[in-house]
Amino acid sequence: MPSSVHSQEHDQSMVDAEPEIDPVMLDEKRVVVLPGSSETAASFQFEGEGHTMGNALRYAIMKNPAVEFCGYTIPHPSDAKMHLRIQTTDSTTAVEALEKGFSDLMDLCDVVSEKFTAARDQFNEESSNRMQS
Amino acid sequence: MAPLVPSQEELQRRRIIDINAETVTNIPSTDFPGHWPGESHGWALDKFKEGFKVEYHRNDPHEASFSLIGLDAAVANAFRRVLMAEIPTLAIEYVFVHNNTSVIQDEVLAQRLGLIPLKGNVDGINWMRWYRKPSEDEDSTEEDGPSDFNTVVMHLDVECTKNPNAHPDEQDPRILYNNAHVYARDLTFSPVGRQDQYFVGDGAIRPVNPDILIAKMRPGQKIEMELHCVKGIGADHAKFSPVATATYRLMPDIKIQRPIIGDDAKKFAKCFPKGVIALEPVTAEEASQKGSGYEGHAGEQKAVVRDAFNDTVSRECLRHEEFQGKVKLGRIRDHFIFNVESTGQFESDALFLEAIKVLKLKCTRWKRGLSDLMA
Repeated sequence: MPSSVHSQEHDQSMVDAEPEIDPVMLDEKRVVVLPGSSETAASFQFEGEGHTMGNALRYAIMKNPAVEFCGYTIPHPSDAKMHLRIQTTDSTTAVEALEKGFSDLMDLCDVVSEKFTAARDQFNEESSNRMQS
Repeated sequence: MAPLVPSQEELQRRRIIDINAETVTNIPSTDFPGHWPGESHGWALDKFKEGFKVEYHRNDPHEASFSLIGLDAAVANAFRRVLMAEIPTLAIEYVFVHNNTSVIQDEVLAQRLGLIPLKGNVDGINWMRWYRKPSEDEDSTEEDGPSDFNTVVMHLDVECTKNPNAHPDEQDPRILYNNAHVYARDLTFSPVGRQDQYFVGDGAIRPVNPDILIAKMRPGQKIEMELHCVKGIGADHAKFSPVATATYRLMPDIKIQRPIIGDDAKKFAKCFPKGVIALEPVTAEEASQKGSGYEGHAGEQKAVVRDAFNDTVSRECLRHEEFQGKVKLGRIRDHFIFNVESTGQFESDALFLEAIKVLKLKCTRWKRGLSDLMA
């Protein structure tokens, strides 16, 4: 299983002498820059990722006006690897564009979460009112 | 130069995916910087916030339906994929068979047990960690192997016996024998360590549906097993998937471009599911308008779109000669109607919030791993 989702925040009391970090989190998972990269153009390899992150990240990075090209591929279906290619203008670097992509995607998640909760609470309230009347 | 602003009409056109008789066109999103000359499509959080909308249609513990409007397919699809494959849940993973004299084989029985959806205190499930198989090496650390924070133990101990009180002519084995059918309700939870702080009362680990048939037995047969439940994700095995189904469809869009009147209107309404197309009388005002196509048809029935939501976009109306050029079918590109059906471990609305959390967590993870690239 991809260890990229392995994490939970745990409530722990000081008495419990448990490992401080989730052991599965220790698995080395780092972005690898594929050979042949320059400042403004690079291909990154994400291990254990697929279309879920790949396409969403591609979208977030393409939304950046300083990015000339962004695309992702899964070179082989039996390798759990995702390649992401970014080419930018001179005003930024490929790594910066990638970082901004992550940040934008996280901001987007916050907005979706917030609005979803609001819509659900309103819906629940309305339906309970309807039940009463 | 100030960025060009496209007309409302043009924006509307871009929002629709055209569904034609034989083809689907205008599929890819074009709202990227550099696609439309002079227009600005760069990422802007406040603009997204303004345009993004959620509409709730249904919220039951086991099924939720809602619309996300103003989102790109890449993101909506990421949520759907995370829902199915990456939200951790609890399921039976290891089965220790002490005795099984029933006719169902150990491995088949173990497989069946794994697929039973379990539920329990959600805080407790979130408190639990990943189980790590003890490694074969000598230098394996103590953290490996089952512990109270990574394994839930359940037992299945049933023995089939004759029921001495049964009527001699009784045919039903469920009355003739005790425990002739083994159901999911026969699974017993044995808390260990701190699990009794979380999984107590209503929060105890138990099957979502107690009536799932696990095995059948006859007198003298016996099943004794210890079941270890661990946390896992759907990508590893479908039994860990928290959803029965998680789907989205795009909001259908029907445009009647030229009047459809009288018997044609009735036929037109029949091309769609009930309630999608309504019939309304042509008003005198419309009939008096030159070039509207309604001239002289006052009082006759005309077809109008009442509620496209329920349309299946079957394209039936495009097959008929009389509607040629009068109707345009499509789907709204950024209106996703989600349907999430939970297996019962989590409430269906909580599942979607969980999916958002998981996606964000993945971003955080990868971004953190990026720091040494930046140096």
